[in-house]
Amino acid sequence: MCTQGLDQPRTLAAEDVSARAEHFEARVAAEDKIEPPDWMPDAYRALLIRQIAQHAHSEIVGMLPEGNWLSRAPSLRRKGILLAKVQDEAGHGLYLYSAAETLGVTRDELVDQLLAGTAKYSSIFNYPTLTWADVGAVGWLVDGAAIMNQVPLCRCSYGPYARAMVRICREESFHQRQGFELLTVLAQGTPAQHAMAQDALDRWWWPAVMMFGPPDSESTHNDRSLRWKVKRFTNDELRQKFVDLTVPQAQFLALTVPDPDLAYDGEHWRFGKPDWSEFKRVVKGDGPCNRERLVARRTAHEDGAWVREAAVAHAAKRVLV
Amino acid sequence: MTGERAAWPLWEVFVRSRAGLAHQHVGSLHAVDARMALDNARDVYTRRGEGASLWVVPASAVVASDPADKDSFFGLDEEFRHASYYVVPDGVHGI
Repeated sequence: MCTQGLDQPRTLAAEDVSARAEHFEARVAAEDKIEPPDWMPDAYRALLIRQIAQHAHSEIVGMLPEGNWLSRAPSLRRKGILLAKVQDEAGHGLYLYSAAETLGVTRDELVDQLLAGTAKYSSIFNYPTLTWADVGAVGWLVDGAAIMNQVPLCRCSYGPYARAMVRICREESFHQRQGFELLTVLAQGTPAQHAMAQDALDRWWWPAVMMFGPPDSESTHNDRSLRWKVKRFTNDELRQKFVDLTVPQAQFLALTVPDPDLAYDGEHWRFGKPDWSEFKRVVKGDGPCNRERLVARRTAHEDGAWVREAAVAHAAKRVLV
Repeated sequence: MTGERAAWPLWEVFVRSRAGLAHQHVGSLHAVDARMALDNARDVYTRRGEGASLWVVPASAVVASDPADKDSFFGLDEEFRHASYYVVPDGVHGI
């Protein structure tokens, strides 16, 4: 979101580094925003590049499960809505790649890492969208969980990331609402439609709950992320907020959350333990659609190569004329 | 795999949301030329009628002040330039 051409990292002597690090920590603690040309610790830069790139990749790969239903949307209205949503995800990916580029990486490097399978993206997109109700469940639960994660990121200490998140959050709430509306129609429809909505919730609930990442006791990045005000809440705090907000919405739909341990304690909806072994398996590449997603991205990239080459050739020719 | 994209320059995007307001910087994007930058800027930054006018500027054309010089470049201690510096006596109105 900001010119990386203005970013000129300098090499510093050790004593300068410690003075700058102290100044940096003080600025972050005082809620000052860090901008691309400012000095920052290498670890802060690396943490941001990793997080923003993963986030960008998630937006791009996230187009695939829903793109699956574009040609089979049940009405022109639904098709228009879904097209707009998928287009938004592409836009979000682009905002985020731009934000990552301000840290001194190129979008090409990041895309290469995604296509090579060495970069991560949100595991949720390795689950298949089997029915039309899944499009609703993805909007309601997956985008709902994403909003829960992303709203605090609007206050992230790194300016370009925070600004990208402001734009994204503004658009994301349309995503969640269209999904909920879609599911409302199904849940209040025929018994078969209601069953289809229930089936979608059964399959998407736990993957959505796991979207917030491993429990705090096992999360390796929580402490530093919180100190540097990249994250504002821990994984478990966000997960609880999500469950508290979402359970009443499921009740409105007259759908049953697939968790026998779910119970209200007067303040929070207490929930059962997610299957973290499944989570680890999917993160490591062994989910239902990991291979399919990467093949789809690689194919799209390779199929588009001639367009990129032609665009460059056309621009070069116009300069000559 | 990405050699063919090495030549895509970076553009800064400015949007005027409606007549009467200034163009504001909203972000950046890569494009081979000005026309593509303008088309992409429309798709990436104005999908919800945010714009009445768009500017795209090659990022390489932006000249920026050096953040290291921030204090000496901007640090004027001249509070008398602000109206709030002056005490208006009680009973005096319209100043």
